Amino acid sequence: MKKKSEALLHSKETRKRKETLGRLAVYLVLTIGGISMILPFLWMISTSLKEPQAIYTFPPKWIPDPIIFTSYIKVWKIVPFARFYLNSIFIAFAVTVGQVMTSAFAAYAFSRLRFPGRDKLFFAYLATLMIPYSVILVPVYILMVYFRWIDTYKALIIPAMFTAYGTFMLRQFFMTIPRDLEDAARIDGCSLVGIFWRIIIPLSKPALATLTMFTFMASWNNFMWPLLVTESVEKKTLPIGLAYFQEVYQYTQPDWSLLMAGSLLAVLPVIILFVFNQRFFVEGIKLTGIKG
Amino acid sequence: MRMLKAKHRETLVAYLFLTPNLLGFLIFTSIPVIVSLGFSFFNARLAPWPQVLSGEFVGLGNFIKLLGFHMQDGAPVANDPKFWQFTGNTLFLMMVIPFQIFGSLILALFMNRKMKGIVAFRTIYFLPTIANGVAIYLLWQWVYNPNFGLLNSMITKFGEILNLQLVGPNWLSSEAWAKPSLMLMGLWIVIGGHNAILYLAALQNIPKDFYDAASIDGANPWQKFWYITWPMISPTTFFITIMAVIFGFQSGFMQAYIMTRGGPNGATTTLEYYIFKNLYEWHHVGYAATIAWFLFVVVFLVTLFNWRFGGKHVNY
Repeated sequence: MKKKSEALLHSKETRKRKETLGRLAVYLVLTIGGISMILPFLWMISTSLKEPQAIYTFPPKWIPDPIIFTSYIKVWKIVPFARFYLNSIFIAFAVTVGQVMTSAFAAYAFSRLRFPGRDKLFFAYLATLMIPYSVILVPVYILMVYFRWIDTYKALIIPAMFTAYGTFMLRQFFMTIPRDLEDAARIDGCSLVGIFWRIIIPLSKPALATLTMFTFMASWNNFMWPLLVTESVEKKTLPIGLAYFQEVYQYTQPDWSLLMAGSLLAVLPVIILFVFNQRFFVEGIKLTGIKG
Repeated sequence: MRMLKAKHRETLVAYLFLTPNLLGFLIFTSIPVIVSLGFSFFNARLAPWPQVLSGEFVGLGNFIKLLGFHMQDGAPVANDPKFWQFTGNTLFLMMVIPFQIFGSLILALFMNRKMKGIVAFRTIYFLPTIANGVAIYLLWQWVYNPNFGLLNSMITKFGEILNLQLVGPNWLSSEAWAKPSLMLMGLWIVIGGHNAILYLAALQNIPKDFYDAASIDGANPWQKFWYITWPMISPTTFFITIMAVIFGFQSGFMQAYIMTRGGPNGATTTLEYYIFKNLYEWHHVGYAATIAWFLFVVVFLVTLFNWRFGGKHVNY
């Protein structure tokens, strides 16, 4: 009897030791992987703080000597970086407000109201989600040319304000709101518009926040469309501005310190946005499964 | 009578709510899809100035140019050899997809436990997805710099430790290494992103009882994975695969534009980049639309194939 319990104790101990060992192994693997994720970013920061002649040395030094911040100042002077920033902020803001609003309106109609042709129309929306972007891009670009919208904010904002994706995502969320609340409000004489503003919207804050975040980031990182429809330097957004910067000043003998400083300044806002709003990202990804 | 009125009012309100989005949807999405198909039957070109479209109806001419062959010296030659090269590039670059999916799954398995600091790890692995864009491509262009880049200096350092003279390849400017370079970068960007989070969510949804029951039956960790975890997450795997393939066919523009300009010798030009060039640089609107529609048909058929044959192996 005693022996058996001893053996049991023993096996419990080995299992515990095994568990700690396993935990340690997991930490080790995750740390090694994590370092390889972080390393390029550190390289970016290190390069941005180097003197021009220190960039082209071998072997490269991780900690620059001396550490200089001139690249961060020069970037703003060489190209109108501040202008790119303002353009990106303004466009992302306008697109996000437009898209979240039109999507919420349409999603309410699709999820809560009955009208002829609803299901067929929703199916048409869904079907377009699978169509490659370039199929739509070609005629819309020509449309911009004919509207004389090329190189205007209109071209950068208006076509991006309406998406099937946002409508689909919010509709999925609105469907999960229990109908009892709505019925009670109807009995109390609340109008259909009132239900939208006083019940659906307040209850959908997490989904609206997620869509806001996704739309903002997508607009911030958008590349092909602004590349197509902008011509003058003053209308360029950050990504296009960076590409222009590389193309015009840096293609033959790039000053990598400048390019890395500019790149870091471009990604910093979205990284900060992400770190403080992680929850919404994770929930949003789980909700739709679709890439934002 | 009043009921009828209420019904009418509901329809009216519904259309009012729908109108802004529906107008945008018609003008900027659904009508363009049809117009795009229309363009593909014309040799439409955009004159530089004044910017107007011109071109005649050519029937299936664009499609014949894109997909057809002609005989030259007794051997079949593609009408547009570039198109086939770029299609090959696109497919080659897509071979990173299984590695991305498998990598995300492994990462999710590692992160699926209650441990201190797991949120920090999740954040770190997600960073490349968040920062994805021009800045990341510039960074990797610098990492791949043959003489002073991070990767080759690490390779040389590693060689010194082993007392070997290791010299890294020219990465992006080498025809052989350009595609693998982009694929390695793609793995780095995607591995801890959306797919890892979807897998993590799927893993957390598997009831603990399943594993307890398997333990009582004496199953080892490998058996537990193969008979419980893998079947339980198969809907996620299926979904991730379909989305990755759909996006894979349309990818590769931004990285090529920033890092390689599609070179060397067109080795990194994908179909998406080819569409862009036709539209923006050469103003071949009709041909651009033709390639885009070809891409659409391929994506549609592959997705259909996935649904029919992949769907069977999914356990719900």
